[in-house]
Amino acid sequence: MGKIKMHKSPPRIDMTPMVDLFFLLLIFFILTATFRAQEAVQVDTPSSVSNKTTPEQHVITISVSKDNVVFFNVDNGIDTSEHLRGNILRAMAYQYQMKFTPAEVKKFEGLASFGLPMDKMKDFINAKDTEERDAMHTGIPMDSTDNQLLYWIRLSRSYYNDFDVALKGDRDADYKTIKKVIDILQDNKVNKFNLTTNLEDVDVTLENL
Amino acid sequence: MAEIIQNDGGGKQKGKRRAKKHSTHIDMTPMVDLACLLLTFFILTTAFAKAKVMEIVLPEKAEKTEKAPEVDTARALNVILVGDDKVLWYNGLANPAKPPLPTLHETDFSDDGIRRVLLQRNKEVFTLIAQMNEDVVTGKIEMPRDSIDAKRKKFLREDRKGPVVLIKAGENVKYKNVVDILDEMSITNIALYALVDINDVEKKMVADHLARTTGAE
Repeated sequence: MGKIKMHKSPPRIDMTPMVDLFFLLLIFFILTATFRAQEAVQVDTPSSVSNKTTPEQHVITISVSKDNVVFFNVDNGIDTSEHLRGNILRAMAYQYQMKFTPAEVKKFEGLASFGLPMDKMKDFINAKDTEERDAMHTGIPMDSTDNQLLYWIRLSRSYYNDFDVALKGDRDADYKTIKKVIDILQDNKVNKFNLTTNLEDVDVTLENL
Repeated sequence: MAEIIQNDGGGKQKGKRRAKKHSTHIDMTPMVDLACLLLTFFILTTAFAKAKVMEIVLPEKAEKTEKAPEVDTARALNVILVGDDKVLWYNGLANPAKPPLPTLHETDFSDDGIRRVLLQRNKEVFTLIAQMNEDVVTGKIEMPRDSIDAKRKKFLREDRKGPVVLIKAGENVKYKNVVDILDEMSITNIALYALVDINDVEKKMVADHLARTTGAE
């Protein structure tokens, strides 16, 4: 009946439910996001077809940078609540006759990977900021005379036996260094470990023959 | 856009004329924009943060007194990495007591390189597994994902004819090449492979080969 009424003002869409949903999702993603600890070194990993994901906790990560500097990292256990790092540091301190204050141990638990000999560890923990720390990484000694990497792995495993070991080498790292790390792992009876890689898709069929 | 509209009690317009007539609009557009931006960021970062790993299991370190296990000469395929993305390979075992020494072939990491060599040697097992995968995809046979992997492992375990690949990395080899060759092993479904140290005979063979090829150019 009659004329169609023309809208004088543009129709208003009520966006409140959409905004509500956005915030809900936002809060969900913020809460579930796990932040990766800042790595001391940028490692450009090689690629492979494997699509197995990294385990989330109880992982020992040994990184080898492109300058063949070896870094060690171990996580704190489930939800970072097991204080594994602290215990391992104390065990290492005992091994190398050093003393760390409880405050230093606590600070160490919050740090990420490190690549330096034990005698520099105190300076490393008490360093002002990351920049100062980054300058200290000279690699973990792993010569036959002073094999600290061996002890880091051994003592870590004495606190928690089922650590997964991830070896994260840079694509330009020398195999010689990696081989040395693998040898040390095998000396610790770690024969099964993971090589961190990027995913790359390769499709091979019999027609490729 | 999204905004809160407040109707300022339209009915009572008696006394104060100067009171606000307009409803207060709070413009929420920037807030919503920000929320969207953050949301996108978190969605993207959570999905892609996980790094992938390649699992490798090495044989336990042998005691010095133990003798290394013998490899069947017919099945042995030696792959020597020499750096610069170059791969040398030869069949059988190099034994200076039994001349002549096997010839080295040079290839690379391209699709037609070492992969073709491995596929040709490992045709049987590869066909079995490729056939199974195809049957699963086309729906000829139905099985859960876990058992596909278990079946693949079973094929590999029962393999008695495929090559035994001995991977030897020389000096100056970058880690990337080692991962590449291990990756080729899993792509071509090689059942048996091992990372082995390069021996002196092979070192000499490689040196001779490199001298010959660079001299020829």
